[in-house]
Amino acid sequence: MAPKAKQLSLVDPSILRPAILESFKKLAPQLVAKNPVMFVVEIGSILTTAIWLRDVLSPSSGQAPTWFTLAVAIWLWFTVVFANFAEAVAEGRGKAQAETLRRMRQDTVARKVRFWPPTDDVPGISNEDIIPASRLKKGDLVIVDAGQVIPGDGEVIEGIASVDESAITGESAPVIRESGGDRSAVTGGTKVLSDRIVVRITVDPGESFLDRMIGLVEGAARQKTPNEIALHILLVGLTIVFLFACVTLVPMALYSGIRLGAPAVVALLVCLIPTTIGGLLSAIGIAGMDRLLRKNVLAMSGRAVEAAGDVDTLLLDKTGTITLGNRMATEILPAPGVRVEELADAAQLASLADETPEGRSIVVLLKEKHQLRGRETRGIAHFIPFSAQTRMSGCDLDQRHVRKGAVDAVGDYVKSQGGQMPEEMVQTAWKIADAGGTPLAVADGARFLGLIHLKDMVKGGIAERFARFRAMGIRTVMITGDNPRTAAAIARESGVDDFLAQATPETKMQLIKDEQGKGKLVAMTGDGTNDAPALAQADVGVAMNTGTQAAKEAGNMVDLDSDPTKLLEVVEVGKQLLMTRGTLTTFSIANDVAKYFAILPALFVGVFPELAPLNVMRLASPYSAILSAVVFNAIIIILLIPLALRGVRYRPLGAAALLRRSLLIYGVGGVIAPFVGIKIIDLGLAAIGLV
Amino acid sequence: MTAIGWVQIVLFFAVVLALTKPLGAYMFRVFEGERQPLPRVFGRIERFTYRLCGVDPAQGQTWPVYAFSLLAFSFLGVLVTYGIERLQHVLPLNPQHLAAVEPALAFNTAASFTTNTNWQAYVPETTVSYLTQMAGLAWHNFTSAAAGIAVALVIARGLTRKAGPLAGKTIGNFWVDLVRSTIYVLLPISFFYALFLVSQGVLQNLLPYREVTTLEGVKQVLAMGPVASQEAIKMLGTNGGGFFNANSAHPFENPTPLSNFVQMVSIFAIPSALTWTYGRMARDQRQGWALWAAMAVLCIAGVVTLYWAEAHDNPALHGLAQLQQGCGNFEGKETRFGLSASALFATVTTDASCGAVNAMHDSFTPLGGLVPLLNIQLGEVIFGGVGAGMYGMLIFVVLTVFIAGLMVGRTPEYLGKKIEAREMKLAMLYVLIFPLLILSFTAWALVVPYGVSSLNNAGPHGLSEILYAFSSGAGNNGSAFAGLNANTPFYNLALAADMLVGRFLMMIPAIAMAGSMVDKKVTPAGPGTFPTNGSLFVGLLVSVVLIVGALTFFPALSLGPVVEHFAAGAGRVF
Repeated sequence: MAPKAKQLSLVDPSILRPAILESFKKLAPQLVAKNPVMFVVEIGSILTTAIWLRDVLSPSSGQAPTWFTLAVAIWLWFTVVFANFAEAVAEGRGKAQAETLRRMRQDTVARKVRFWPPTDDVPGISNEDIIPASRLKKGDLVIVDAGQVIPGDGEVIEGIASVDESAITGESAPVIRESGGDRSAVTGGTKVLSDRIVVRITVDPGESFLDRMIGLVEGAARQKTPNEIALHILLVGLTIVFLFACVTLVPMALYSGIRLGAPAVVALLVCLIPTTIGGLLSAIGIAGMDRLLRKNVLAMSGRAVEAAGDVDTLLLDKTGTITLGNRMATEILPAPGVRVEELADAAQLASLADETPEGRSIVVLLKEKHQLRGRETRGIAHFIPFSAQTRMSGCDLDQRHVRKGAVDAVGDYVKSQGGQMPEEMVQTAWKIADAGGTPLAVADGARFLGLIHLKDMVKGGIAERFARFRAMGIRTVMITGDNPRTAAAIARESGVDDFLAQATPETKMQLIKDEQGKGKLVAMTGDGTNDAPALAQADVGVAMNTGTQAAKEAGNMVDLDSDPTKLLEVVEVGKQLLMTRGTLTTFSIANDVAKYFAILPALFVGVFPELAPLNVMRLASPYSAILSAVVFNAIIIILLIPLALRGVRYRPLGAAALLRRSLLIYGVGGVIAPFVGIKIIDLGLAAIGLV
Repeated sequence: MTAIGWVQIVLFFAVVLALTKPLGAYMFRVFEGERQPLPRVFGRIERFTYRLCGVDPAQGQTWPVYAFSLLAFSFLGVLVTYGIERLQHVLPLNPQHLAAVEPALAFNTAASFTTNTNWQAYVPETTVSYLTQMAGLAWHNFTSAAAGIAVALVIARGLTRKAGPLAGKTIGNFWVDLVRSTIYVLLPISFFYALFLVSQGVLQNLLPYREVTTLEGVKQVLAMGPVASQEAIKMLGTNGGGFFNANSAHPFENPTPLSNFVQMVSIFAIPSALTWTYGRMARDQRQGWALWAAMAVLCIAGVVTLYWAEAHDNPALHGLAQLQQGCGNFEGKETRFGLSASALFATVTTDASCGAVNAMHDSFTPLGGLVPLLNIQLGEVIFGGVGAGMYGMLIFVVLTVFIAGLMVGRTPEYLGKKIEAREMKLAMLYVLIFPLLILSFTAWALVVPYGVSSLNNAGPHGLSEILYAFSSGAGNNGSAFAGLNANTPFYNLALAADMLVGRFLMMIPAIAMAGSMVDKKVTPAGPGTFPTNGSLFVGLLVSVVLIVGALTFFPALSLGPVVEHFAAGAGRVF
């Protein structure tokens, strides 16, 4: 893997140190104001600090001890700082990744082409301008030679080159980029290893993948996602409710003969409002993008990541995703009256010059199963290449006319030579097709020799992955150009839920629209230009980085590894993101129960000593109780930062089982944890003799 | 606590449960069916009403139009009732020659009946004429109940309707919902119900008050009036405004244990049946039963606590040797009903925002009094007022689904419809208004002399009384901790505002929610969607209702009933 994909430890000092500094800088009110929950805490901190100053400067009777007010003030400030810290760490981790990329971009120079197509070179006048890569605009043409770095995202319009994309994808093997077709897109920052290409730049400065990636992971360009906004509203609403509950408590207490001090009321308020989730919410969002990037998927927006968690239907291309790219020969079936050796011999002859993977797999099969070694035929045999018209290939050697190809094509050939294809063989060919294979027929002149069974090899472990998806409630649909029989057989073998056979871009598009019409969210991967409309229509469209520019623009994610099975991980990251928010919200609200039992008796016990039984934790003193709750409230943010950054583990269980689990851990756990935590802090405070 | 007491409670739930499906199915036919029942009788009246009012029943309304119709209708209702009260001395059917009702009180009463609260700052026997009772107040008992059902219907439509080209953004027609509720449901049931009450001994006449000599030789004036006709809709429409000041504790309003039992059942009948109607609208009865179960769990918890608290000694009197308290806390209860039926009645009436009482809540033990108070503060969603409980509970459902939905890793969706920022905004608005009203008014009343001077009790119980009054107002319940003299300009106006805001400002987000959900795309349910019709959801819904309610009011409650309980146990009285 490339350096950028290195797993940064959660406590990496290179991130923690600047994050600490950052978390104090973020105390600026205009920055905190973006997060209303934390803003309330900051106002509370300022208020408590002011009261402490007043108490120190002009002491009066009836006030809380100054050490108490100071301690509350400090821990309230810590609450804000800890929340800032969570955000800073999340941003820092993203920045660390972006930094490598940014460094790479800075020094690139571009050889911009002046005229295209080049006129006859006038000696002494160059057709190129050397300009910094950052000044390239959309539509500019640049020349890149071997050993040079491609200055910006673009499209190869002339030439073919091998390109090292490891900086972006982490994959060390070079890839081929050529003009035209589906492999024309190049990414800025990657390096040409051989040959020379001319690239048309397709993005304006500041809009390249690198720029977008940097902006997104650093959190600068981050916009709140729809679901985050909804949660935000819930948190703000709860904050307002508790603000009122605490403010109105002052006159109610006054009626009861209790003068509540501002620090105590502020402490109660801060403990009740959802500071835990409020403080970690933006860190969770940033970390989600970051996790996706770690998997080498670049999301164009947080909205897309969220949508990935909601996906109901996955459209997966058969080739490369469900099956290994190529069909392989698995057996040879001689026609009645033909010896196996005879068929094997002919099959080998017909395949020796066939450089397609299928052809090579036949040679390999014959060598392994039938001990038929390769032989030198060059010069003595006349090879007939495959053509779309004849749908056959083969060779003429001596008086033999060996042919192999599609069953009907070879059948016609045999007939034209005066022979006949045995009826049994027709049946066998059907059977092979039914089982998901492709039958190839072999003939020698008028003699039909037999069949070769070519099989699509389903990737190992894919059936288990689909089972996981089924458990999540996601339906998988295989897209293939095969005929329905073959498609059905592969679908059966791979465990995919459904398939679309003989797919064309139009039928694919129609399938997406149909699914969406049923109210489902559809995800798909694609790479070719003809995938672009479908990628744009799908709710989550993951374009392969090797794909065309059109495909990349149409999708809302780009997989830098160009691995179609990545879609599965994308979905998990999306789900994780929502689950982390949900569980921490539940935890945050459940915490309030214990905090009430800590703070309320402490507030009233002076006037109503009969309330002592409500102090179920048997906290040492009222001051200790309030302080312990505030300290717990601040520390829990720090303790939960790793969870917020890593995300709650996603398990492919049904929704009900998942919910039961989360409720048990974060709901019930959220009620119990603070009882224990506050008691421990209280014991600690008592042990150091503070209270 | 006695076996016969428990039998009454179990029997009550059994009867309510048995009524749920038939009444719910009937209401589904009335409101959502292709053809309404009894077209010859009801259909004629219905069509005649539409013609008379110029209503096109086929015309759907969008949510703003629906909300405006409801508000305009209610506003007009306030004006008419206010007018009748102010002019009753010159209007007929006033055999006692009662004077015009004072302006502040008249406004309070008009607001109270329009909002289905039936908070009574007045003493009916000496304040309002028969005409005011019948035309000014009972009229609202029908229409405010019908308006509540209407809002429940629109939010149910919003959540359950599959977006189609025909439906669009319309959520029904307020006038149609109002007329159908009244003609098909409320009027016919009330008619037979009133006859039953008369059979039990409830009065129904227009006679002047009668002076009688009692067995002890004392002269006593017995108030008369058209009680039974009013009593039926008072219970059925969860209105709760008594014809007499003593409400359902009065022997002419609620004479027998049987009438008491039927009155309790009639409070829950429509709210309970609406859950079935809802399940039918959602094309999944279990969705409706899940709501029913959540409501029942909360209700049973309340009854058991209240019955338990009242069956024990008053903690303040505990340990006094000369007192025999084996019978429990009987202060303020009618012996013809007993502890069990009083505890059940108090729970049912506060669960359902009815507000009729057959015992004095003010005389309950501190923990016994906490139950009705908390029932109201949970938002009147435990069955709740007719319709009001339904839409309140559905808002809580939306909140629950949101929190739980996140935890399963999907954008939260309910019945296949996504819950997004706009719905959260409306749900939070609904949830916010309620505590804001109660807490601010209570805090205000507690620190000003014109607020505290109305109290008959000092200390925590006084706080409970004021807290109860504003909770009852905002929750549109109408029952009271009666130790508070609420007929003062401050309380009349503050409580009127409390009731109006608590009714209409909460209805608007609910109607808007319907509008925002109605045309959302429906995602078919799969194993990845979180089921909202199972016991797990019921448990979760109950927790959310409890947490939102309890967490908000716990500080205030701890200075009221909670302190009172602990202090009384320690022998301290105020």
